[in-house]
Amino acid sequence: MLTTLLPPSSGSAHVAGFDVSREPGRVRQAIGYVPQLVSADGALTGKENMALSAALYDIPRRTRVGRIGDALSFMGLGDAAGSLVRTYSGGMVRRLEIAQALLHNPVVLFLDEPTIGLDPIARHAVWDRLLESRRQFETTILITTHDMEEADTLCDVLAVMHKGRIAAQGSPAELKQRAGGDATLDDVFAKFAGTAIADDGSFHDINRTRHAASRRG
Amino acid sequence: MTSTAHATRPAGAAERLESSAAFTFAHHAAAIAAVDLLKLRRDPTELLTRVVQPLLWFLVFGQVFARTRAIPTGSLSYLEFMAPGILAQSVLFAAIFYGIAVIWERDLGIVHKVLVSPASRSSLVVGKAVAAGVRGLVQGVLVVAIALMMGVRVRVDPVGVLGVSAAVFLGSALFATFSLVVACVVKTRERFMGIGQVLTMPLFFASNAIYPISMMPPWLGAVARANPLTYLVDALRTLMLVGAVSVVGLAVDFAVLTVILVALIAIAARLYPGLAR
Repeated sequence: MLTTLLPPSSGSAHVAGFDVSREPGRVRQAIGYVPQLVSADGALTGKENMALSAALYDIPRRTRVGRIGDALSFMGLGDAAGSLVRTYSGGMVRRLEIAQALLHNPVVLFLDEPTIGLDPIARHAVWDRLLESRRQFETTILITTHDMEEADTLCDVLAVMHKGRIAAQGSPAELKQRAGGDATLDDVFAKFAGTAIADDGSFHDINRTRHAASRRG
Repeated sequence: MTSTAHATRPAGAAERLESSAAFTFAHHAAAIAAVDLLKLRRDPTELLTRVVQPLLWFLVFGQVFARTRAIPTGSLSYLEFMAPGILAQSVLFAAIFYGIAVIWERDLGIVHKVLVSPASRSSLVVGKAVAAGVRGLVQGVLVVAIALMMGVRVRVDPVGVLGVSAAVFLGSALFATFSLVVACVVKTRERFMGIGQVLTMPLFFASNAIYPISMMPPWLGAVARANPLTYLVDALRTLMLVGAVSVVGLAVDFAVLTVILVALIAIAARLYPGLAR
């Protein structure tokens, strides 16, 4: 819903200062989004995928080639820029998708399970690039994940969702403290998601939000 | 003086904005079309396999029916009469399955990625339609080449060539956009393939592609007159062959095809965001 892919079920929301239902165009201009599914086109090269994003986000032609090159080397894909994406490893595809989503310098970047299915080395490479882009471009990054280590490493603020609702919110350290002295984030998750009860909302609502939350942040 | 200066400024600004909006729209559509055609250029096997079917229609069906002399084709030989019909058919059969690519893109996350970009939904649909139109043109060249080899007297004057190209482009874009609409409604590959198969045969046989409407029983004639393929075939027959006369008039043919295409683009643009749900 925050990425304007789904209409709000109820209420309203603002992303980067724009209302998601009244100004979806402004919201789309301001955000970047990496779906959980593979969104890079395997039949195109890394550079061609980037060129499509550049065109759809109206990146001026003059600066386009330079920015694409910079973004690819920032993500460590400089050498693979001319190869078809279907020859990429899982980690490379993810980094390419993040490069595509960051190309227009979005204010907010949405990532849905960014490292699911990646090996530890690829996972750390993705984390490293995300932390670096947050530092360099001051992008707000919103991640959905089931990986507590990922949440612990990347997040300043963490919201534990249970049945489509926020069961607990705070910094990882705060939440650990609330869960008990030497609790890990896994314990935090078990405490809040395991016991919290959604006291209203129909099954349909919960199912819908949960589906949205799990598939596209 | 100052008041006129103030009055003209917003109008001028609005005008500039409008022209730049049109430019942005065309730019987005071109980017979508370019990606599609780039993939086709990289892997053109699809185009070659699609040549087999029209070839069989000419070599098998056409040869047999040319001998029956049961179909009134005026001054044209039967093979000549059916050549534009086969061209239209190959355009239809290729375009009607175009939507499967969008379902594929949906099963990956490509549709989602494109839908969160600022590009308007109609520019995405127009881009797909343009790509399908160009695919149709490439295919049309191959089918016309087969027709020439079969001895069909094809018009080679500029009006004929440009007219046939325009009709093939329009027809291909039209049926591909229709396919896109179907894809947006059914959303899964299995259902889409089923519906695609069901649609092609009635569209083809309830048209003037291989026999004139004048031979049909009245109810079928009425169906054929509501079938956009009929107008595509009529335009192609008129523009492609030496000595052919349009039944309804070229202006009507092109008007019908254009209006239906625009309507389908509007519908597809409305339904497109539904692919992400």
